[in-house]
Parts: sequence; structure tokens; C-alpha cells
Amino acid sequence: MTLITSWIGNTPEFAVPFALAALGLIITEKSGVLALGAEGLMLVGAVAGIGAYLTFGQTAVALVMAMLAAGVVSLLFALMVLVMRINQVISGLVLVFFCQGLTTLTGTLMGWTNQPVPGLPAIALWPLSELPYVGRFFVQNLVVYLVPVIFLIAVWALNRTTPGLRLRAVGENPQAADAAGIPVLGYRLAAIVIGSALIGLAGAFISVLSTKLWISNMTAGRGWIAVALVIFARWSPWKALAGALLFGCIEALIPQLAASGIKLSQYFVFMAPYAITLGVMIWVAAAKRENRSQPGALGTPFIREERT
Amino acid sequence: MSKQNAIQLSGVSKTFDGFKALADANFTARWGEVHALLGENGAGKSSLMNIVAGLYGPEGGSLFIDDNPVKLKGPKEAAKLGIGMVHQHFKLVTPFTVAENILLNLGHIQTSGLYRERLRRVTDDIRAMAARIGFDIDPDARIGQLSIAEQQRVEILKVLLAGAKILILDEPTAVLTEDEAERLLTTVQGFAREGAAVILVTHKMNDVLRYADQVTIMRAGRTVKTLKPDAVSVDELIRLTVGESPAGQDASPGGRVPGEPFLRVQGLRSTGGRRALNGLDLTLNRGEIYGIAGVGGNGQSELANALMGIPEAVSGRMEIVGEGDLADFDAARRRALGIAAIPADRYGAALAGPLSIADNFALGDIHSGRYGPFWYLNTRAIEADAAEAVRQFDVQGVRSLKQKAALLSGGNAQKLVIAREFSHPPQLVLAHSPSRGLDVKATEAVRERLRAARDNGAAVLLISEDLDEVMAMADRIGVMSAGRIVAEFSQPADRQAIGQAMVNHV
Repeated sequence: MTLITSWIGNTPEFAVPFALAALGLIITEKSGVLALGAEGLMLVGAVAGIGAYLTFGQTAVALVMAMLAAGVVSLLFALMVLVMRINQVISGLVLVFFCQGLTTLTGTLMGWTNQPVPGLPAIALWPLSELPYVGRFFVQNLVVYLVPVIFLIAVWALNRTTPGLRLRAVGENPQAADAAGIPVLGYRLAAIVIGSALIGLAGAFISVLSTKLWISNMTAGRGWIAVALVIFARWSPWKALAGALLFGCIEALIPQLAASGIKLSQYFVFMAPYAITLGVMIWVAAAKRENRSQPGALGTPFIREERT
Repeated sequence: MSKQNAIQLSGVSKTFDGFKALADANFTARWGEVHALLGENGAGKSSLMNIVAGLYGPEGGSLFIDDNPVKLKGPKEAAKLGIGMVHQHFKLVTPFTVAENILLNLGHIQTSGLYRERLRRVTDDIRAMAARIGFDIDPDARIGQLSIAEQQRVEILKVLLAGAKILILDEPTAVLTEDEAERLLTTVQGFAREGAAVILVTHKMNDVLRYADQVTIMRAGRTVKTLKPDAVSVDELIRLTVGESPAGQDASPGGRVPGEPFLRVQGLRSTGGRRALNGLDLTLNRGEIYGIAGVGGNGQSELANALMGIPEAVSGRMEIVGEGDLADFDAARRRALGIAAIPADRYGAALAGPLSIADNFALGDIHSGRYGPFWYLNTRAIEADAAEAVRQFDVQGVRSLKQKAALLSGGNAQKLVIAREFSHPPQLVLAHSPSRGLDVKATEAVRERLRAARDNGAAVLLISEDLDEVMAMADRIGVMSAGRIVAEFSQPADRQAIGQAMVNHV
């Protein structure tokens, strides 16, 4: 009984990092840039958030600094894929490994590791919080409640504004966008930085608000799950939000199982994210529904051709 | 100079990688007329119009719009001056709706208001414009669901709504059926009657005769002549378009006695959506060069692919006499039979660019065991053979046999392909535009090899969009149109008659 209540109650906290990271990836990938660096950028956000809190003592400042830090690091990725046109898959992987090293180094050098932070108080949404079974679902910190708002704004910006239309055009057919006078690389740069800032926020949520401390490599594969989630959701933000809840639900189950006395190897827990990612990829490939919703130019660098 | 010139180009030239696409081209189009730009493939029509549309920068000469000298920095600036070009390959975002695509293109026109409101306004504008010019287009339809003809109408609406007064249509009827083409050209004629300038880039004689007020003929990068189409005979237009034989390049004399039939193609038909090949028959004999002439895009590439074993969905028979159907043979069997292929895309289909010259040469014989068993490659033998071939086939620009093949210039890459394909005496040579982009000397070297193969008894099929080449090389000529051989000629053949078959067939 209490197991189920707390399982449901814990789900949002596990779902939020997936949701924010997936949204960030969707924004970047809608511009035609394949973003695999989420795992690394989440770590940057996570360590920067803790570092900023320990320095300034403000949770809001910590979250903003985390977004800025991830945005700044993503400039490196943008330089590689937009200017130097290095393979986007390789650039993404390199970014992950680089960020793993960078965040471990920074956290250790600055002495941020294992320093607890207070996080944010939980707010009960009365009267929903009084419901039986699901009541605890509606006792969350402020950022959790902001997630649907962020999604609303992002979906509106992508589908209901001129810059959003241009961004999607750049991701679908950069040649046509170029002929229409749209600065292709400028839009891609903006999409990378904004998307990365959201991914950074996802990382900071884990460290500052959920675990409430920094440990090296603490995202433990969640960035990869977000990558799988985007494919699973076919680049639709709402489906990604639903998928994030599902994945959050699965992840929230693991500590509950442990609490109920079922013995789970910690290595199995470590493996789970990658196994889930692999499973989603295979499922999508086996379902064989043509990926019409994938941005047409995803992963293709843009080069203006003099002669057609 | 009167104030009625919409566009005037004078003395324009443009070079691509040393190839002169335009040489001193002059062109004037006036307001209120449909002006056709007529010429064969590669005559420079599209290049000239891309300069007007701001896509290419000219190397010399000057451009006047409305009698004012202008220098265009890009397509955006051209659009501001009221120039709109509908490209042969549409520039549309397929998952988007018609209205979204058109909204995308209105960046240079300052419109205010919320997105929803702008989209609604664009939708209204599309409806109004479509009704005015008689297009039936749903602004909310997605591009991917529209037919090619409908997509073209979207492109036209796009440039009109962006305020184009000078409308350039690049081969607009190439992708349309007869009915669709007629409707389109009637509509654009209407624009001209209302005062716009319409430039119609085409190689179809019928389009010119029926819809153009003026025609400028281009040939080999030069504007040959501007005249009224009803003032001259069709024969004269064809003569101006295909030109006389260039001096010093006589037609093949003919009178050769061909040998036994070697390749018999029967009822070759594309099974994909577009009927690129539509029941093609031809017989190729030993000891002859059979040239396929025709305007580009009439199924030549598909025929070449089918014969060379490059994936192409076709039905019908391609019989090597006494051996079986070519479609059933794998690459090893083709080599064993002495089938040599010279594809049009020499870097993409014939050579492996990042591999060395020696490796590229050895690829053809690697299976034979000549260069060692599968677990050991005798590089010394490869390099010795490659060095001999490079010398014999006069491949220039080889600093080292280990140098990447992609670094060879067009002509030398082609010589390397031929050196490999001819390393065993070929029985059948399939050559697609073998001298495209080559200079005079390299062209002559390539042609000499093909003639030598024929003289040794091989059957040679030469597919080329360059009529001069076909005339100079072939013993027999088949004219290809709409996926079939519509006429055959034996040398000495009448150039005018071939030209007529190329453009007049319906």
C-alpha cells in the first residue's frame, strides 16, 4: 500500500530530468542537428548547479547558472558540427566523454563532491494532494510544476511562431530554407544552445533538487535514455512528456523493489538505462513504421552549393 | 534604349572548373512578352538564368533590370527587384503545408502581426491569387501529398506572392503531361499579357512555337540569335539549335559492315513510378558503334544503369546472344564475358576515390587470382601492371601510383577507368557520356579507344546527349525519346533529320 503510494509520488521527480532533456534534444534536432551529447551536458548542468549553489546560496541562481554552463559548453559542439562540419555522431560522443572528464575534474578540484544542498520545499496542490493513492503525486517542488509550462511554451514556439516555422524548415530542407533567405547556420546555432540549456537544467534538477548533492557521473545514463525517448516519441514534445512519465515510473520502481526486500544487483540497476535504450531502438526498428516524423535533414551538415 | 526592357544582359561569361559555361552571352527580355530561351542540354540556359536570379555571380558583362545597372549579391536581392525563378528542382519543404512554405519565403516583405494572423493572411492571399490565375490549390494541403504539377503551381504562387514581376521558369514542362503543360503555359502567357516579363527556359520546340513571343537560341554557352518564332521555319530553328557540324570534326563515314548481333534489348520498361523506359528495343552488333542521341532526361540514364548493372527497376530482356540475360549476370560474369562499362558518373560509379590509382586499377582483376590468393595481395604485381597501364593509356598527372584516384582530373580519371575496363580486350563496351567535361585532347583520346575497340570486333554502345559526339563516332544512330528508340539512322545520316526526331516526337 505505502509502496504504491510512494511509488506514484516519486514518479514525477524521476520523470522531470527525462522530460527536460528530451525537450532540449527535440529542439536541437528539429533544426537538423543530431544531438547525442545529452549525457555530457546533463553532467555539466549538474555540477554547475551544485557549484553555483555552494557559491551563491540561491537555488534559482544555481538553476540559471546550470543552463548557462550547458549552453556555453554546447558552443564547442556547435563549432564542431556547424563550422567544421565534423560528423555529428562522433562530435556528440566526444562531447559526452569530454564532459564526463571535465565535470569529475571540476567537482573534485573545487571540493563540490558530496556537499549536500537543501533543494526546494515541496508544495502541495490542495485539494489534489488529498486524493487517495495518487495524492503524493501532487506534492512536488516548484520546478516540477513548471515543466508542463515549459513544454507549453516550447510547443507553441515551435509550431505557432515564425521563428519556429523557420527552425523546422532548416531541419527539414536547409536548401529550401536558404533559398528563402533564412540563415541556416544561425538557426542551428540557436537551436543547439537553447536545447543544451534545457538539457543542463535537466542535469541540475537531478543534482540540486533530487539527489541534493554532486557525485561524479551521477546522471548514470539518463542522457542516453533521453536520446532513446526522443526517437520513441518521434520528435513530438507531448509524446516525449508522456514517455518521460513512463520511464520515470519504471525508474521509480527500482528503489521500491529494493525496499520491499527483492534483491537487485546494483550492476543490474547500472545496466538498466542502456538496456532500455537498446530495447527502444530495437522496438522502433522492428515496428517498421517509416519515421516520417524525423526531421528530413537530421544529421546532415549544410553546405551551400554553387552549382546544382 | 526604350524603357520597356525588363532584363538586359550583355557580354556575360561564367566558368566552372575551367569549363566555359557562358561566353559573351547577350539577352534582352521586354515587359509583356513570353521570351523563350531555347537550346540543348548544356547550352548554358540555366547558368544564364541563375545569374539573373542572383544564384551565380557573373565573371564579366553587365546586368540591367528595368534599364538600371545592378549587381546582385544573392537570391534575396534578386527577389527584392521582382525577379522570381522557379527551379527545375523545387525548393519546397515537403512536410509543411502550402501556406507555410509560402510564408517562409516572404521574409523580405515586412509583415507584422501574430503568427496565426499572418498565416491566415497568407492563406487568403494564396486563395485570391490562385483564383485569379486559375490554379486549384488548397493552401492547407501538405506538399508531400501534392502531385509534381501541383508542387510546381505552389512554386509559381510562391514567387508571385513574393512580388515577382520577372518570372523565370526553368524547364517547366519537363515534368508535366501534355495537358498540364498546356494549362501552365497558357497561364504564364496570361501573366505576360498583364505586363509581366516571362522567361521560359526550354528545349522543347513545341513550347516555343505555341507560346513564345520571342525566342533566344543558345548553343555552347553563347546566345546565337534572338528572333520571333513565327518569322522562321521549324527547320531553321532546329538548325540554329543543333548547329552545323563543328569544323574539323566530320561525321563518321559509315559504310561499315557490322558483324553478328551481340546484344539484343527487347521491351525494356521501367517498373517504378515514372515510365522512364517505355518499351525500348535495340540490337547491337559486333564491330559497330551504336550511338544513342536524344535530349537529356528521355531515359538515357535509366538505360545506362540497367545495362551496366547499376540498380534500376526494369522489366524486359537484355540478351547477350548465346549467353543469357544481362540482368542475371553478376560482376564477375560480366568481366568474364568482356563487358566494359564506362558510367557517366566516373567518380561515383567507376572509381573508389579514396583508394590509390593502383588499387583502382587492380579492382577489376582482383578476383582472377592474378594479384595473389585471397589472403595475400601482391602489391608489386599490381603496381607493375598499373604503371604499364598508366603509360599505355597516357594517364597524366600521376605523381605516384599510391596517390588517391579522386585527385585525378576528369579526363585522367576517365582514362584510368578505360585503362582498367580495357585491360582485357572487351567484347561489349557500354559508354555513357564518356567525354563529358573533358578537354579536346582527352576527348579525342577517349574516342580513339572506343574506335579501336570497335575495330577489334567489339560491340560499342555510346549514350550521349551531345549530338556532335554521336555524329562523329557512331556507325548507326538511334534517337531516344520518352523512353524508346523512336528512329534509327545509318551513317551517313542527315543531321537535320536527327534533330527533328529528337525534338518533334510526341
